[in-house]
Amino acid sequence: MIEFIEIIFTAGFWAATIRIACPLILATIGEVLCERAGVLNLGIEGIMSIGAMVGWMTVFLGADLYTGILAALIIGSIFGLLHAIFTVYLGASQHVTGIGITMLASSLGFFCFKLILPASTTPPKIKPFQPIDIPFLSELPFLGPAFFQHTPFTYLAILAVVFAFWLMNSTPLGLSIKMAGENPMALEAQGIDVFLVRTIAVVLGSALMAVGGAYLTLSAFDAFYFGMINGRGWIAIALVVFASWKPERALLGALLFAGLDAYQVRAQQLAGAVIPYQFFLMLPFLLSIVAMVIAAKRTRYPKALLIPFRRGERH
Amino acid sequence: MTTLLKVEKITKKFGDFYANKEISFEVKKNEVLAILGENGAGKTTLMNILFGHYTPDAGNVSFEGNTIEFGNTNNAIKLGIGMVHQHFTLAENLTVLENIIIGRQSIFSLSLPKRQARIKILELSKKFGLPIDPDELVANLSVSEKQRIEILKTLFLDCKLLILDEPTAALTPQETDSLFSTIRNMIKTGLSVILISHKLNEILAVSDRIIVLRNGSSVGETDTNSAERQKIAEMIVGKKIEYPQKTKIPRKSKVLSLLDVSYNKADAQRLSSVNLNLYGGQILGIAGVAGNGQTTLAKILSGHLKATQGSIVFEEVGSVHISPKSFMDLGVAYIPEDRNSDGIVGDMEIWENAIMTEMDDSFFRNSLGFINKKNSFDRSRNLCETYDVRMQSIRQRSRLLSGGNVQKLLLGRWLMREPKIIIACQPTRGLDEGAIASIQKLLLEAQQNNSAIILISEDLDELLSMSDDIAVMYKGMLSNPIETRTTNKLSIGLQMAGDGF
Repeated sequence: MIEFIEIIFTAGFWAATIRIACPLILATIGEVLCERAGVLNLGIEGIMSIGAMVGWMTVFLGADLYTGILAALIIGSIFGLLHAIFTVYLGASQHVTGIGITMLASSLGFFCFKLILPASTTPPKIKPFQPIDIPFLSELPFLGPAFFQHTPFTYLAILAVVFAFWLMNSTPLGLSIKMAGENPMALEAQGIDVFLVRTIAVVLGSALMAVGGAYLTLSAFDAFYFGMINGRGWIAIALVVFASWKPERALLGALLFAGLDAYQVRAQQLAGAVIPYQFFLMLPFLLSIVAMVIAAKRTRYPKALLIPFRRGERH
Repeated sequence: MTTLLKVEKITKKFGDFYANKEISFEVKKNEVLAILGENGAGKTTLMNILFGHYTPDAGNVSFEGNTIEFGNTNNAIKLGIGMVHQHFTLAENLTVLENIIIGRQSIFSLSLPKRQARIKILELSKKFGLPIDPDELVANLSVSEKQRIEILKTLFLDCKLLILDEPTAALTPQETDSLFSTIRNMIKTGLSVILISHKLNEILAVSDRIIVLRNGSSVGETDTNSAERQKIAEMIVGKKIEYPQKTKIPRKSKVLSLLDVSYNKADAQRLSSVNLNLYGGQILGIAGVAGNGQTTLAKILSGHLKATQGSIVFEEVGSVHISPKSFMDLGVAYIPEDRNSDGIVGDMEIWENAIMTEMDDSFFRNSLGFINKKNSFDRSRNLCETYDVRMQSIRQRSRLLSGGNVQKLLLGRWLMREPKIIIACQPTRGLDEGAIASIQKLLLEAQQNNSAIILISEDLDELLSMSDDIAVMYKGMLSNPIETRTTNKLSIGLQMAGDGF
């Protein structure tokens, strides 16, 4: 029994936790930005998928890894803009548009992949980001291999949390985003363009989602295949609620979920013979639901979430 | 006095409906201009045009000689126009300070100058007598505090002309006085104010000049000094108003009592041990600032909520099963506070709404159990005629009725049942003078027929003129009723603010 506890005292467990958390962190923060401005973005799963494909393909066709991230960023922004045009400017249903975007983006991504690489049966590979050792810190026992021997992309993801925290709490744009999601009339009455603020938030958020997808193909793995996002986008939607729409708590939530996932893989190896492995696969989701129920009880939704803003209408 | 704002021939249509028709007026420096009119007269539309929310179909507005670009609030703010909307435009999840400073810099600027802003806000707060705590969350503030923030927001942006849309709608008399003294302060420091209201008494107390709008057109303009109350009231409605006169009748036997009724669940405002006796032929007025438990009380009295403690006793039958239906069967009528969402179904037709509560009655059903259209139509036409519900056809969708007509339809529907008890929650709120007079008349007639009436209202003038006795609600408590002729506005106002609880 003691082995099950020992898992959490291995550096490998913590390193894996961070690796698994990164795409979730980026995607959740992206969704936080969108929802804070009052726009639910269910395009997340598809945007992550096409981000993963475009990032990978850019590198496969000869560009360097950072250009790959940039390419994912751009494709994410484009789909974000599409979502914003429908939901913000045209006031269409956020649910329907989002699901449409997910279907469009994931299918289009795979379609383009097949168009460029028609004959591949085994997915071709690229050389992804390699771990770098942070001087001195990486040599620390336990802490070094756990936290300071990651790829540059991993540190970028952590930096994204810092960026989002700063944006939401210390800039006029962040304040405007929070207002747009709470009471858009408050912005309008102060002479600020609600449509613009919401669009910026959705575009920025979607760009982060795509980068989260690209993490999978550029850092965690080295290939792209259909369905590789595998519900991570939907997990991020739930994490946003767990995080009470705060970037710093999104980091916490993503780490928690990733920790459970990293744990179940290791626990499976220990008890695979006794307990069916499906039980362990289920574990992180089950515990996430429990955590969500506890956290969501006292959470406060952005009041204008899902409500399109229409200027110049009679109220 | 120099002219600050010049409005020329503004016209705004929504579909075929003229919300504003060739309205022209001027606002001078250092004056309070009041714009009066019924609901739907076009006041708020006009202000939304000035402030850049709407684009008019024709007309011209200039501010200090500069033409205003329509449909652009930013432009209006830059010129120096500030507006406090009737429904506050505050983000409740942010602090006071954050709500105020957002409009100051470009959204692309990288920093928020909170420190300087705080200094300026505190200065303004002191100068105009608007005390606030900049770091408090807006969600924790009272209505009058929120209003202060709205005013500070405009002052923070250096406004020269402040538009206040129905600013006293949710204030106590004392808070209203304090708002008016703030307005006076502003005028002294060189600002101008446009005040929109349908409360004539308040307008007369604070304004310099009055403009009356009716059906989208300007129908009169007068200096407040030379204004006569009665004449302006008639100008607003467009005809002579006959205010009903109350005749007191002797109190009949007790019909209902509440014994130590409390409510403490989170889904409604709290009540703490409320005691109340109600007699036939009595109008019991209940005063209080909105949100002090009146809504809960009304819902308990009408069977919509079950008290968590205490009991409700009907004299004839004792205690009963708590449900709206069983209360209705005992002769309780309930005029809900929000008539459009709780009273009628707006998208259903007038006749459907008129018989909605009568579906038990086999008169409205045929032998197969379907609705008997002929009887239903007859009853609906009869109701609309008797209670003067003005409509084009009983097949019209109910939401197209004006507020006054919706209320007459609702009240009429109840009166047809000859109720013993009427729970009227804010029955005249938001209605125009003409409709107020008819609703009050209907209630007084019901009293003459020995109905017992609980009149919950925020309008003290109404309570004083209608009620036999008045009690005050404060934080879920109900004071002992006092006979109306032995009390006055001042002492009720004090009680509304918590005096004596």
